[in-house]
Amino acid sequence: MSDLLMMLGDANTRWVLVGTMLLGLASGVLGSFALLRKQSLIGDAVAHAALPGICIAFLFTGEKSLIVLLIGATTTGLLAAYCIQLIVSSSIIKEDTAICLILSVFFGFGIVLLTKVQQMPSGNKSGLDAFIFGQAASLVGSDVKLMAGAAAILIIITMLLFKEFKVLTFDPEFAKGLGLPTGFLNFLFLSLLVAVVVIGIQAVGVILMAALLITPAIAARYWTNSLSKMIIISGIFGAISGVVGTLISTFGQGLPTGPFIVVTATFIFLVSMLFAPERGIIAKKIKQNIYHKQLNKAGAKEGMS
Amino acid sequence: MNPVDVKNLTVAYEKKAVLKDINFTVPEGQLIGIIGPNGAGKSTLIKAILGLIPKAAGDVKIYDKQYRAKDRIVGYVPQRGSVDWDFPTNALDVVLMGRYGHIGWFKRPSKKDLNIAHESLKKVGMEEYADRQISQLSGGQQQRVFLARALAQDAKVYFMDEPFVGVDAATERAIIDLLNELKSQGKTVLVVHHDLQTVKDYFDHCILLNVSIITSGPTEEVFTMENLHQTYGGKLSFLDKGQMMVEQK
Repeated sequence: MSDLLMMLGDANTRWVLVGTMLLGLASGVLGSFALLRKQSLIGDAVAHAALPGICIAFLFTGEKSLIVLLIGATTTGLLAAYCIQLIVSSSIIKEDTAICLILSVFFGFGIVLLTKVQQMPSGNKSGLDAFIFGQAASLVGSDVKLMAGAAAILIIITMLLFKEFKVLTFDPEFAKGLGLPTGFLNFLFLSLLVAVVVIGIQAVGVILMAALLITPAIAARYWTNSLSKMIIISGIFGAISGVVGTLISTFGQGLPTGPFIVVTATFIFLVSMLFAPERGIIAKKIKQNIYHKQLNKAGAKEGMS
Repeated sequence: MNPVDVKNLTVAYEKKAVLKDINFTVPEGQLIGIIGPNGAGKSTLIKAILGLIPKAAGDVKIYDKQYRAKDRIVGYVPQRGSVDWDFPTNALDVVLMGRYGHIGWFKRPSKKDLNIAHESLKKVGMEEYADRQISQLSGGQQQRVFLARALAQDAKVYFMDEPFVGVDAATERAIIDLLNELKSQGKTVLVVHHDLQTVKDYFDHCILLNVSIITSGPTEEVFTMENLHQTYGGKLSFLDKGQMMVEQK
């Protein structure tokens, strides 16, 4: 307990916690829309596609400044997202195939570049691999402020456009019929998704970022039938995952953060799947049993009369 | 003024024309059936008019003005199967979406919008289901929710894509009552329709379509055996049934 208090007394740790909390919140919120738009895997592709961008940015500048690496990650992340959309809209290839294609090409290229970086004589390269698995402890104050600020902006934009994103997600053709600029809104949503993935990479890592996007959302779906509530719950689940994962990783001295954030999110998902009222597995089983008993009773009565 | 005036409309997927040189106008305040076989381009026609898919050529005017969705004079009822009904929302919320064009950016629905949404649900006989999760509605009820959403748009011209498909008799009756009410308010309603048996009962005006317009005009004049033959081409067994229907009337 005193360890925990001591840790929280450290200003940097507090910032890291605020950062991962806001990151979890933002990915929970955007992940809900991604899930309902059936774009879960696009987040995964974008996260993987960020790797070559990070390496290229590092190769060009030779420094590990977060903002430079993030620009690199955003560029290749966006490029991957639009390549997927382009393949789907201009060929007979289906979305899952396009995602698989783009994800592996970009990630493969990223690994090649990463190997190149690691073979470089300069000593500055260490720590770049933290980007692959996520290491929140490596975050410094200014990184976290950038991350927290970006996450806050993403959440605000999504809240402002809640109604527009809702109708676009449920019925895109109707949204177009209403006169909404659906092309622009799709583009904007994809950009928000890329942004949240990119700012999450340093804390969660390229491989696991998609899990932080989707797991809180799918867990939240068990608790409610209302979109606004689902988004709030998903945001809270994401925030809890971010905080708990960071605490565990800080306690464990050098344990990677990303995996523990994702493990926490997965635990919340399992609890939701089992115990949620109405949609949870156990609630459904109980309801089914009650119904069967009633049927049997009714049947027995009929048999007697 | 014609509510809908389509000139030289052509729509093509790749190089194949799905709609070829479509020309027609429709009279105001009537129920209009768009009739034709599968693959005739009926849904495509609606979508092209509404600008949901690109036109290869042609011109669409709604009340003598180039159609722009922003003008909010057109309401649209898509096919029920076009959306995922497991979406986390209730019937009232879906109907409220019909108001989104009126509400404007960033704003939330007002009390007035809520009242209109409730009123629209009432008109389709679904007011008790306002809070019902949409996945728990039957097919017919879902169709009525879609109709209520279009009503909430408060438009002058309505386009409906197969509203009668897969609904029970009660819903079919409710829909046709609603169409007649819209008509009595001077609204124009274009309906993609499949069931030849009911054409004469439901529609004042018909557009017979098979890639190009076979004919269009008042139902008594154009819904004839000869025109149906031309529209449905070689599908004879089907047409024999059609013949029976036409002769019965």
